[in-house]
Amino acid sequence: MTEENITEINHEEHHKQSIWSKYIFSYDHKMIAKQYLLLGISMLILGGLLAMLIRWQLGYPDEPLPIIGLSDQYMETGEVDGVVDEMWDGWFEDETENWLTMTIPGGVIGPEFYNSLFTMHATIMIFFAIMPILVGCFGNFLIPLMIGTKDMAFPFLNMLSFWVAFIGSIVMLWGFFVPGGHAAAGWTGYPPLSSSVEFSGVDWGQNLWIISLMIMGISSMMGAVNYITTIVNMRAKGMTFFRMPLTVWSLFIVAILLLLAIPVLASALSMLLFDRLWGTSFFSASGGGDPILWQHLFWFFGHPEVYVLILPGMGIASDLLSTFARKPIFGYKAMVYAMISIAVLGFIVWGHHMFQSGMNPALGMTFMFSTMAIAVPSAIKTFNWLGTLKGANIKFTVPMLNTLAFVSMFVIGGLSGIFMASTPVDIFIHDTYYIVAHIHYVVFGGSMFALFGGIYYWFPKMFGRGMNMTLGRVHFWMTFVFFNATFFPMHILGIGGHMRRIANPMQYEYLQDMQWINEFITVSAFMLGLAQIIFFFNFFYSMFKGKKSVDNPWEANTLEWVAPTPPPHGNFLTPPVVYGGPYEYGVPDREEDWLPQDIKR
Amino acid sequence: MLDWLPENISTYGVKIDFLFYLIYYITNVIFLFVAGFMIFFMIKYRFKEGRKSEYSHGNNKLEIIWTSATTIGVLALAVISAPAWKEIKIDLPEPDIIVQVTAEQFNWRMLYPGPDNVFGTIDDLEIENVLNVPVDKVVHIRLRSDDVIHSFFIPNLRLKQDALPGREIIVWFEAMKTGRYEIPCAELCGFGHSGMLGHLYVHSPEDYEAWINENWPES
Ligand code: HEM
Ligand SMILES: [Cu+2]
Ligand SMILES: [Cu+2]
Repeated sequence: MTEENITEINHEEHHKQSIWSKYIFSYDHKMIAKQYLLLGISMLILGGLLAMLIRWQLGYPDEPLPIIGLSDQYMETGEVDGVVDEMWDGWFEDETENWLTMTIPGGVIGPEFYNSLFTMHATIMIFFAIMPILVGCFGNFLIPLMIGTKDMAFPFLNMLSFWVAFIGSIVMLWGFFVPGGHAAAGWTGYPPLSSSVEFSGVDWGQNLWIISLMIMGISSMMGAVNYITTIVNMRAKGMTFFRMPLTVWSLFIVAILLLLAIPVLASALSMLLFDRLWGTSFFSASGGGDPILWQHLFWFFGHPEVYVLILPGMGIASDLLSTFARKPIFGYKAMVYAMISIAVLGFIVWGHHMFQSGMNPALGMTFMFSTMAIAVPSAIKTFNWLGTLKGANIKFTVPMLNTLAFVSMFVIGGLSGIFMASTPVDIFIHDTYYIVAHIHYVVFGGSMFALFGGIYYWFPKMFGRGMNMTLGRVHFWMTFVFFNATFFPMHILGIGGHMRRIANPMQYEYLQDMQWINEFITVSAFMLGLAQIIFFFNFFYSMFKGKKSVDNPWEANTLEWVAPTPPPHGNFLTPPVVYGGPYEYGVPDREEDWLPQDIKR
Repeated sequence: MLDWLPENISTYGVKIDFLFYLIYYITNVIFLFVAGFMIFFMIKYRFKEGRKSEYSHGNNKLEIIWTSATTIGVLALAVISAPAWKEIKIDLPEPDIIVQVTAEQFNWRMLYPGPDNVFGTIDDLEIENVLNVPVDKVVHIRLRSDDVIHSFFIPNLRLKQDALPGREIIVWFEAMKTGRYEIPCAELCGFGHSGMLGHLYVHSPEDYEAWINENWPES
């Protein structure tokens, strides 16, 4: 689509602007970004609630859930006021059966439902919460604004990408309500467990899981094509590649990763669906297939995928860090090259998830070397963030607090990765809570803190109003403290040999002495969950009642702050021209300590 | 923190624990170093009205130093780790005893070849969920699965290996201490994954003899 077409579309919208075209099937990248944000936040809440259920079961194994489980009415009739599910009428032979009695008989979560819980917690958080927010929302909102253009290259494709993701989400949620329960083979879906109803007892839940992920893949591909085209072709005059903010660089690299990795996932998912529905045996040894093939395909996608989750966080953290340190980012080019090498190396390390899988151990040896190597660019980035702080003039705003948390927590997550990269040590900690701790230090400690920081930071530009910063501070400190109280002890559980994905640790003698840690984690996790209520309240309240914001509340340099707040269709009043890099803070011989990119120098 | 490791009773477990401790100390030092600088900078360079930050875009010499230092560091860790991996998973020693372990939902079936030391003969003995081995002997496990993927995990032996349907994977260990230990399954294998549990009995030579005589009295 050419530039004229886009103006035409924007023009058209100016005139009609029915609710339908403004809020629902909007072509405007900013509205689509908000749609992604809303989808992501809803799923974040759902994923969080699933996590609370997981923690209940682990802290208090096989005890009935509070409230639902202990209600007398429920114990007698299997029903709780308002929770009776009409949809299931006629699905059960017995009158007293309903969705609740089937999934949590007696109010106890039990192993079947537990397996669905952690499977869906991870699936929802990764594909439906973090990706839609970090990639879908921030990508859509920031790319055109930061590179100084009117919209995405393909606005129609952009709209389509969101609505396809929306359909994918509905399909995924549907899975909770089918007989047999939702997918329960882990977010990694290893066959034969995932490929055969006979082994798992899960029927359409797993099919819907596969179909939904395929749909989400299509959505991501449309987004990726759009991001890449926009960044390559539509940068404002003077916006060279090396003048782009690191957030844009990170999203550019993420789009390329998605473009290369998702087709591999799609092919694996198709084979799995064929195995399940049409009797092929790609992954079944008895039919001549090989279950390890899935793992290779899945992790060839899966490792780049984890970088899809963290790279936007790294980009956001770099932008926020420089802005609030009031100092240029340290080693801009090193940062870019580090991200590029993460992307390249990311495709040759997938085997580190398979050290104990039965893959040729000689191959494991080579994957150990490549995995160790990928820790280098992560270290480079960390040192550059530290370098940015040296000699700075640090403003501890709420976005900055979240950014500093990102940096420090990412360090812990990266360092724990080194243990697992060492194949002999991985023999012991593979498939234990040590891995769970690692995941959460990089994805919660990393991606989520960047996500929070990014929302606090760009909220004024998105909605024209700022979020409440007192609530923001309370939310930050509670999250930071309870995050660590929840996930740090998981390292200890892992060292103690506590397997991941077990529903009841008390079944093992050697884990019984550690049960108090599980209980401690559960209590911390509930507090962590409660803290998020503050955030969600702040978010929705500020959207309508927050303080009106000026165009550039943070005195930042990048182009999105040049646009009016909130930006109109077409974003900029006049097409911006770029004269310098994005991180010119503290320039000598200048009164202000910032120098926007569109100011002549 | 590493005190939480279950007691190690295997020969190669010593090497795994050594690497674990080594990486633990190294990463701790790095963490304290990074966190220390971060806190120091945060205090020293906190916002002061009217002050401007240092206008610096980086330092190529520093970039080269920390890039090469970390590269050397992590590759050294890989090099140090390699021999243990080779010993544990690649160069298996000759076995004294062989047991075939077949995983199924949700049991470990242990098949002993009997006095003739040959599988598939009449004196084979299958016991569910109990693995009997002598102390200080090299044991080979022929690991199989009948249905889905399981993972044969003996925390005290620092042994973990996935069991795959359609394949036989050989793992080995040599236990240094007698006693009773647990054998959980470490790979999600269905609704009974939690609680899929066998036991390992490491016998003294006399006890092992007695166990043999009890099960194969005619030999
Ligand atoms: C310093 C760099 C890193 C290294 C050396 C590293 C290493 C590893 C290794 C070896 C594993 C497999 C462990 C096992 O299953 O036994 C693993 C798992 C994992 N890593 Fe990392 N990692 C690093 C950074 C990251 C980052 C930045 C992310 C994501 C944001 C991430 C996300 C994950 C996830 C989600 C898993 C678990 C996947 C699963 O089994 O469910 N890692 N990592
Ligand atoms: Cu990986
Ligand atoms: Cu199992």
